[in-house]
Amino acid sequence: MNSELLRRFFRTDFRTFCQGTGLLILIGLHGLVSAQELGDHQYTSAAIEAGSRVYTSQCALCHGPTGDTVDGINLRRGIFRTASSDEDLRTVISRGAAEGQMPAFSLSQTELDGVIAYIRAGFDPEGVAVRIGDPARGQVLFSGRGQCADCHRVNGVGPRTAPDLSEIGALRTPAALQRTLLEPESALLPINRPIRIVTRDEEVITGRRLNEDTYTVQILDSQERLRSLIKADLVRYEISSTPTHEPTTFSSDEVADLIGYLLTLRGLQ
Amino acid sequence: MRKYHFLKSVLSLLLVTGLLAIQAARAQVPYERILNASSEPQNWLTYNGGYMSQRHSQLDQITRENVGDLELRWMLPNQVFGAWQSNPIVVDGIMYVTERPNSVMAVDAVTGRVFWKYRHIPAENARVCCGANNRGVAVLDDRVFMGTLDARLVALDRINGQVLWDVEVGDVNLAYSVTMAPLVVKDKVMVGVGGGEFGIRGYVAAFDAATGEEAWKTYTIPGPGEPGHDSWEGDDWEHGGAPVWITGSFDPELNLTYWGVGNPGPDWNAGQRPGDNLYSDSVIALNADTGELDWYFQFTPNDGYDYDSVQVPVLADMEWRGEARKVMMWANRNGYFYVLDRTDGEFLVGEPYVRVNWSSGLDENGRPIPTPQPEGMPTYPGNQGGTNWYPPSYSPRTGLFYFSAWEDYATIYRAEEAEYEPGRAFLGGGFSVLAPVQGAPTIGIGRTNPINNWTDEVGHASLKAMDPQTGEEAWEFEQFDVSDSGMLTTASDLLITGGREGYFHILDARTGELLYYKNLGGQIVMAPVTYMVDGTQYVSIISGNTLATFALRGQ
Repeated sequence: MNSELLRRFFRTDFRTFCQGTGLLILIGLHGLVSAQELGDHQYTSAAIEAGSRVYTSQCALCHGPTGDTVDGINLRRGIFRTASSDEDLRTVISRGAAEGQMPAFSLSQTELDGVIAYIRAGFDPEGVAVRIGDPARGQVLFSGRGQCADCHRVNGVGPRTAPDLSEIGALRTPAALQRTLLEPESALLPINRPIRIVTRDEEVITGRRLNEDTYTVQILDSQERLRSLIKADLVRYEISSTPTHEPTTFSSDEVADLIGYLLTLRGLQ
Repeated sequence: MRKYHFLKSVLSLLLVTGLLAIQAARAQVPYERILNASSEPQNWLTYNGGYMSQRHSQLDQITRENVGDLELRWMLPNQVFGAWQSNPIVVDGIMYVTERPNSVMAVDAVTGRVFWKYRHIPAENARVCCGANNRGVAVLDDRVFMGTLDARLVALDRINGQVLWDVEVGDVNLAYSVTMAPLVVKDKVMVGVGGGEFGIRGYVAAFDAATGEEAWKTYTIPGPGEPGHDSWEGDDWEHGGAPVWITGSFDPELNLTYWGVGNPGPDWNAGQRPGDNLYSDSVIALNADTGELDWYFQFTPNDGYDYDSVQVPVLADMEWRGEARKVMMWANRNGYFYVLDRTDGEFLVGEPYVRVNWSSGLDENGRPIPTPQPEGMPTYPGNQGGTNWYPPSYSPRTGLFYFSAWEDYATIYRAEEAEYEPGRAFLGGGFSVLAPVQGAPTIGIGRTNPINNWTDEVGHASLKAMDPQTGEEAWEFEQFDVSDSGMLTTASDLLITGGREGYFHILDARTGELLYYKNLGGQIVMAPVTYMVDGTQYVSIISGNTLATFALRGQ
């Protein structure tokens, strides 16, 4: 994420803050605070780039290339066990944590700043300048012509057959949201693939895969029922490699508006 | 019935003094007992169940007919968060198991209740690449030995857990560590050192079991003037890695100990360290008394993929293609399965067991023909390897070698110039795992989530039964997730194992037929062990943070 993108992020949150009411103000305020930490021009794209190298050489072995291989931690998405502020991260890195399971790292100040910048930038050293449009217009598209609300639920409203998007703005970068809209096939997590199952009792089940192992599969079926099936009881088990919706036909302005709206979805406080 | 009881009482009275004397004598575990470990299958006396490291037990109470009667007898929770890779040792009804980072517990093997616990707190600057792991203890006489994360070797009194000696194995400031269970041979305790990601110079060292005094130390990277030194350039050898972090095996007739040697450093930039980089990614045969190198066989010269050869050297005496041979079987992290003659390291067979594209095959001496992939293209097998450190099993009854393999798993490597700085990570680049979808979760060192987000599309396990006569696969058992689980076979032809999904599986060792499975929940990253107390056979397996022990209902 480059500094231009960070500024855009900042502006979006600020707009939300101005336009929103009630809960949205709270959400926006939270976003504003974190955006200030991010976008206070203290982390340059050079720092992020340098941080990516520090990360690769010092951190990736345990935390993994996408920062999610240690239980309870997703660095790219800002999910930590104990840390919240940048200062907390500094302490954890310099002193170690979890009873020595994470060793202390003696990094220089520049290296430390860089790796935190890289984490805060969502592991995106290049940055993608995604256009972020008007959330209000985006919301209209979401519920209307985009038919998103036909499958996705937001803040308790809508069906649950597709993933709940109430927190999607906190979980995904603008670039990832754009990719989901333009190239859904490349963005669908393998575990979430649509499935079609025929049981030994000739019941046909369609739905979304939630989890799977050697002997069983867990799904959310089209009737919104959580079901766990034993593979040995299945006559057919088809996994689709394509999501249920096609790449969007929206104009680029409309895509920008929709992303603008999705970025306001930051969950309940 | 009454008569039977009377007889039993009389016999008990007659034998009681004798038994007490025997018990007192048996409370010791002299070298001879370890040497003949297979003759007392009620115990599990070494990391891999005996010097041949076959993980094959003579116990046969649990069979394919009665596996359905297995029941949980006890559980021992680990008090420390993180993958539990420890292998229990069982001596006359007492289990010795380690806990992260460096605790030892003596546990009643029948009830799971703890007699004592010893806690070593590693130095604050201890550094390990991949978690605060410890894989278990070794025993000799009345002592228990454990290596530590801060590169020390500790001897404890087996009865009360008291420290008898505590010596330095390596310099913790240079990121040396010990995670393996020691190997005891005669009067010596042997350990290797970890630190292959920190630019150490690896070695195996032997210590006097009575005093802790160092008896010998053999570097895995030859120094100036030694044979093989010219496989390095400049001062690369000084920080070239080649750690030894998995317990070796021993052939008493040849008086040789065998050790798998890990990756050269920096891990992913092979171009930065030209040459074969001996004895990284090799098996080395060391004289048990002097540590002198007898022979070596290098699996992956000038490795740029982190293909540590830290697998367990599995030994067997067999008729190999019509000739009596002392063989060593080895499913290597580099994707090839090897059979060597362990008297001199002669290459007998080497065949790929998963998709391999870093090499197009092996020449007549077993040396790989390299086919490096263009930058940005996937390399098979990926960074965690076709297999890794998880202990295999060999059953002399079936003649098959069993291990956990990772299928359809690839890595895209990136090499980068790395500068060596003492005690710091020395990796030379990075890697990403080939995923079907950009940004999809990728397989890490451990299982981090009860949901398998990466799915089988990123890699999955195949338990393979290999025929050492041909190097070919006899059968396989596939799993949806990958597996870091080791193997155990029994004289009733059971193959007992696990996987990251947390399933405890029992298969027919001859056919691969699934006989029993149970969801224990936590990832299984170690091999099960089996033992017998008072006529009951037990199987212990660690799942997540819990050591679970099973036996037959009614036994």
